[in-house]
Order: sequence, then structure tokens, then C-alpha cells
Amino acid sequence: MTRSTSFNGRIAAGAFALAAIAFLVGGAFAGLLVEATGDWRGALAAFDPYLVRVARFTLWQALLSTVLSVIPAIFVARALARHPRFFGRSFILQLFAVPLALPAIVAALGVLALYGRAGYFAPVFSALAQDRWPGIYGLSGILVAHVFFNLPLAARLLLAALENIPTNQWRLSAQLGMGARASFRFIEWPVLRAALPGVAGLVFMLCATSFTIVLTLGGGPRATTLEVAIYQALRFDFDPARAIALTLTQVALTALIVAAMGRLGASVTGDASLPASPRRALFPGNSEKLANAAIILTALAFVAGPMLATVLAGLQSELSRLAQEAAFLAALRTSLIFSASSAALCLLLSIALVMARRALEIRRGGGSIGPFEQMTDTGAMLVLIVPPIIIGAGWFILLRHLGDVFAFAPMMVITVNAVMAMPFTVRVLRPAHDAASARHEKLCLALGIGGWNRVRLVDWPSLRGPAGTAFAFAMALSLGDLGVIALFGSDQVQTLPYLLLQRMSSYRTADAAGLALFLGLLCMVLMFLAGRWGKERA
Amino acid sequence: MLFDLQIESSDIVAVMGPSGSGKSTLLNLVAGFERPDAGRILIGGQDVTDLAPARRPVSMVFQENNLFAHLTVEQNVGLGRSPRLRLSEQDRTDIAAALERTGLVGKERRLPHALSGGERQRVALARVLVRDRPVLLLDEPFASLGPALRDGMLDLMKELHRDHAMTILMATHDPRDAARLTETMIVVDGGRIAGIGSTSDFLSGNGPEAFDLYLGAQGRKE
Repeated sequence: MTRSTSFNGRIAAGAFALAAIAFLVGGAFAGLLVEATGDWRGALAAFDPYLVRVARFTLWQALLSTVLSVIPAIFVARALARHPRFFGRSFILQLFAVPLALPAIVAALGVLALYGRAGYFAPVFSALAQDRWPGIYGLSGILVAHVFFNLPLAARLLLAALENIPTNQWRLSAQLGMGARASFRFIEWPVLRAALPGVAGLVFMLCATSFTIVLTLGGGPRATTLEVAIYQALRFDFDPARAIALTLTQVALTALIVAAMGRLGASVTGDASLPASPRRALFPGNSEKLANAAIILTALAFVAGPMLATVLAGLQSELSRLAQEAAFLAALRTSLIFSASSAALCLLLSIALVMARRALEIRRGGGSIGPFEQMTDTGAMLVLIVPPIIIGAGWFILLRHLGDVFAFAPMMVITVNAVMAMPFTVRVLRPAHDAASARHEKLCLALGIGGWNRVRLVDWPSLRGPAGTAFAFAMALSLGDLGVIALFGSDQVQTLPYLLLQRMSSYRTADAAGLALFLGLLCMVLMFLAGRWGKERA
Repeated sequence: MLFDLQIESSDIVAVMGPSGSGKSTLLNLVAGFERPDAGRILIGGQDVTDLAPARRPVSMVFQENNLFAHLTVEQNVGLGRSPRLRLSEQDRTDIAAALERTGLVGKERRLPHALSGGERQRVALARVLVRDRPVLLLDEPFASLGPALRDGMLDLMKELHRDHAMTILMATHDPRDAARLTETMIVVDGGRIAGIGSTSDFLSGNGPEAFDLYLGAQGRKE
């Protein structure tokens, strides 16, 4: 009796969490369906050459971004793997993790501050081209920003694969006298080849669903992706029929990509943790050392450039005036409240799912996995197929029948951002929870510890560290996000990224730079805390 | 750690001692995977202290991961002749001979995962044969094999030593392996050489105190 009730509580919590996610996603689709059946002629007519062009551009820029990120990343990862110890190596690896934490809009601004029309490099480029540098907008801007985000990510993932090569194989290659080319062919390439489909798939997915970069750096109808087109259809043209056609295309495309990635065995969430560098016997020749140094320095300059530019441009703005501005203070307050609530909600839902999955697993013993357990396992991943903009668009269309759409902004931003972070938080929480459960489950049953007492005495102490990590991570993600708020934001409800976007579009560049610095720092602090709490656990 | 040691050429030597005592470090120093902070390493009178591993007259077989998982048996052996796998007719004849010598005929085209643990170590030995270097280092090479396979491997090692007269250093935890194969024994303890002498002497209780402690009751029965 005790046994089953102790499980029932956890399973009910998981069912509730799943129902909440299903409601959020289902509501969006309901909104789309209701509208589509009401105006099916319009929706059908919206499958026009414009949509085809946008869909083609979405895939084309994602493909180019993937190629430009992953191929250089192979060389960078290899160079780092060949030199397991040098001054500044761990600093470079940490720097390569920064783009993961940086809000896309901050990175976009950094890229503009460096390569834009009025950027730091503009005089150099103008002199080189003997013409006024037009700045990077459109495809080139999108590509530079995507590579800035994804080259370091891909390099870290590939490096992790290379570092899993057994030490003895490196030793063997040294003993057999393999040069750089032979050891690439026999040792490094087989490992890279196995890791590449997953890494490339992840980068492609991230670029195909990238919204903020394309919104801020893409220019006009020639460089628009599906997500940005959905946003424009709803915010500017108010053309729900077109939004529906675009949304269906986007969902179909991402579902296809995810299915393809599943076949390739790719991990959709991308884990960026690296094993500690083992002692490795490597004896690169002098010319190889030189080439590797050049590769690493180039990558370093490319990644550090926009970050430095963000800091420099931010410091040049009138930070003290900005900090006293009413609009800034209001946006800061809104951002903090939204992101903290979103992170708390995300944590609750994630813990409920993780506990339910484990409880179901124990209850079934060795039997086969039921559909419900399967859902608690993969339900959180749903949001990867249905990007936040899609959920936002569906609800936007539905809610406008119920009154002022913009009044729903707080609810929408908090819930969608919470669900958006779940694939990551579940991955942080689940190993810790399952390991603790494996240790304590029998003891708890024997001592009759259950319900709230169990959560307080047994589960929470083991989850506290990972929960801190997950909370900080979810909060940083939500804080920097410009997705749902781009749709639902208004003069009444503004977050920091929304305010930043507004200042950018009204060409108040200095203000935008100051805001970007501030937002970037805030997210970095949260990510730093997430990392700290993550380490304490280990 | 501090090693002061001289080994006769063509000797077969067991290196024994507790885990973490420095057995592997000693072998890695000879192979060149680690460099000494001070001092010299001479092989056959030649100072090899500053030579890269590939240029030393040494082959080494590890406990595991001796083979590249994506290459066939033949290719894995061929790497011992050419690190870029550019093999001449003569090379191929030698590889075939080495595979025959190690009892791997008919398995040339297999990948390592289709081999048993014992067969994988035989492939590593076949590579040692085509490399044909005067010194062979074995780092617990039979530790993951069952007793029967182990005996077969030890017999094979004995034959190879008789034919090629290499100097062999074998790190091992098993006194039976040492007794079956080796003439001389080095006892390593706490990063130093605690003793060097005849294997049979040491195993019958005339070794250094550290060695008796390491063996415990098990060794003295042998």
C-alpha cells in the first residue's frame, strides 16, 4: 500500500507536467487549425512563390552555416587535440563555451559592432575595397553570426570525441612513427567521421530554427527565414492565413530534420562538457606545430572579436544615463521577473517528469516500456520539433479572439520559455535523481519514508546542486530570449531583449550597445553560477 | 621516481610490484612516451633519451587498445612496417609470415571486433614481428585473458624469443606468468627498484621484503 501510494504521487506529478506541455503545444495547434479551417482558401493561397523562396532560403543559409562552422571546427578540434597542454588552452576552451550562454541578440550586435557599416573594421574594409564598406547585412551577416555561435560549439563537441581516443592509440601512433597525415587518417578521422553526422545535424537544426540572428542581421525579403516570415506576417502584415502556411511548412521541415538526425544518431541537445585532458604522448613536428598555432589563433580571433566589440561598444555608450532611464529599469524588472518565474516553472515541470519516469521504471520492473513512460522520457524534447515562435504564433492567432493579445504577454513568455529550456534541464537533473533513487529507493520503502517527507529528506538534498544549475541555465536562456516576446511585446510589456531590438530598429545604436553589454553580462553571471553549482555536485 | 637499472641483452625480465609503484612509468620511459626529468636511457649502448618513440629500437604491447578498430588484421599488422600503409610485395610476404607464425591464418581480413581477446593480442604480437625491433615491452599483456589462452600466449612468447632473441620486459601482476616466461625479475616499489635477481629465487622467497609483502600468502605457495 505504502509502496503504490509513494509511486502514485510522483506519477501523478509527471502526468500533470505532461498535460501542461501538451496543453501549451496543443493550444497552439488548435489555434492554427481553427483559423485554417475558417479561412482554408486563404491558407492554401499562401503557399505561393514567396513561401517557396523563404523555405529555400531557410534551408540554404542553414546548409551554408553548417558547412562553414563544421569544416573549420574539424581543424580547430584536431589542433587542440594534438596539443593537450599549452599556455591558455583552458582559457580558449572556456571562451569557446561563451557563445552558448550569450543571447543571440547580443551576439548579433557584437557582429555588427565589428563588421557593420559603422563597425570597428569598416575603415579597414573601406580602404581595402577602395569603396565605402556597406556593412554585413543579409546572408553574409547571418552566416558570420551563425559561424560565431556554432564553430566553437562544433569544435568542442569534436574535441570531446577526439579526447575519448584511448591513450594507448596515441602512444601506438607515436611508436609506429605516424606523421600528422597518417595519424589523421588512422586515428583521428575514424573518430571524427563517427561524430560528424551528429554535430552537423545539431548545427543545421540550430541554424534552420534561428530567429533572432536572421531578424536582426537579415535584410529585407531576400534574406528571410520561415520563422522571421511568421513573425512579420503576424506583427506587420497581420495575415494569419500566411502565418499558418508558413508555420505548417516550418513544422514539417523541423520534423523532417529531427527524424533525419534520429536516424543519424545525433544528440539534439548538444552536450558541451569536456573530459579532463589525459596525459597523451604526442610528438608533432615543427611545421605542424606552426600550422596548428595559426589555426587556433585564427579561431580565437574570430570568436573573441565580436565579444570584445560588444564590450568596447558598450563601454562607449552612456551607461550611467542608460541605467537611470525609466524604460531600462522597467524592462530590467520585467525581464528578471519573467525569467525567474520561467526558470522556476521549468524546474518544477522537469523534476516532475524526471521523478515520474523513474517511478514508472521501478514499478514496471523488467517489463517493456509503456507509452506513458516513453512520454515522460521524450516529452520534453517536443519543443525541439515545435520551436517557440511556432507555439507563440499559434497562441497569438487563438488569443486574439479572446481580447487584447498583448495582455497575455507575461503568461506566454513565462510558459513558452520554461518549456523551451526543458530538454536541457531534464538532462541535468535526471542522472542525479536516478542515481540517488537507485541508492535510496529500498531504504525509503523499508523505513516508510514517503510523500513530502521523502522529497524534503531524501530527494531534495541530492537534487539541490543540479537544480541550481538547471535554474540558472533556464533563467539565462529565458533572459536572453527574443522569440515569444517579439510577438507579444508592446509598449506596456518590454523585456531587455525587446527593448534592445526597439533601440536597434530606431537606430539608437549607442543605447543598443549599452543594453547588449548589460544583458550579456547578466547572462554570463548566471551561466557562471550554473557551472559553479554543477561542479560542487561532482 | 628514480630508476637505476641495467638489463642484459636478450634477457626476459618480469617487472613486478604493487599498482602505482611505477611499473608502467618504467616501461613508458624506455618506450619514450614519457621523458625523464634527469638522467639517461641507453639501449644497446646508444643514448635514446631524446629520441621520439618511433625512432627507438622498441616495440610495445599494451593490455588493450593495441589495434585500430576500423582496420583489418592485415592492415593493423602492416602499420608495423609502414605508418602510412604503403606496403611492398616483400612487406606483404613478411606480414603473411608473421600472421602464420601467430596462428592467425584465415583471419587477415577480419576487423578487431570479430576477434577474441587472445586473437587481438596475437595480432599485436604479429605487428611486433614485422617491426623487428630488438626490445619488446609488454604492459600486462595477458591480464584480460583466461588461464588457457594465457598459457598459449606464454608459449608463443617463448618461441618468439627463441627465434628472435629480443630483450623482453614484461610488467605483470601474476607470479605464474613470471615463473613460466622470465629468467630475471625486477621488483619495483614506491617509484624505485627494490630488487633485481633470478625469477625462481625471488618466487621461492629469497626476494626483497617488499616483494614478499606484495605477493602475500598466494606467492609463497607457488
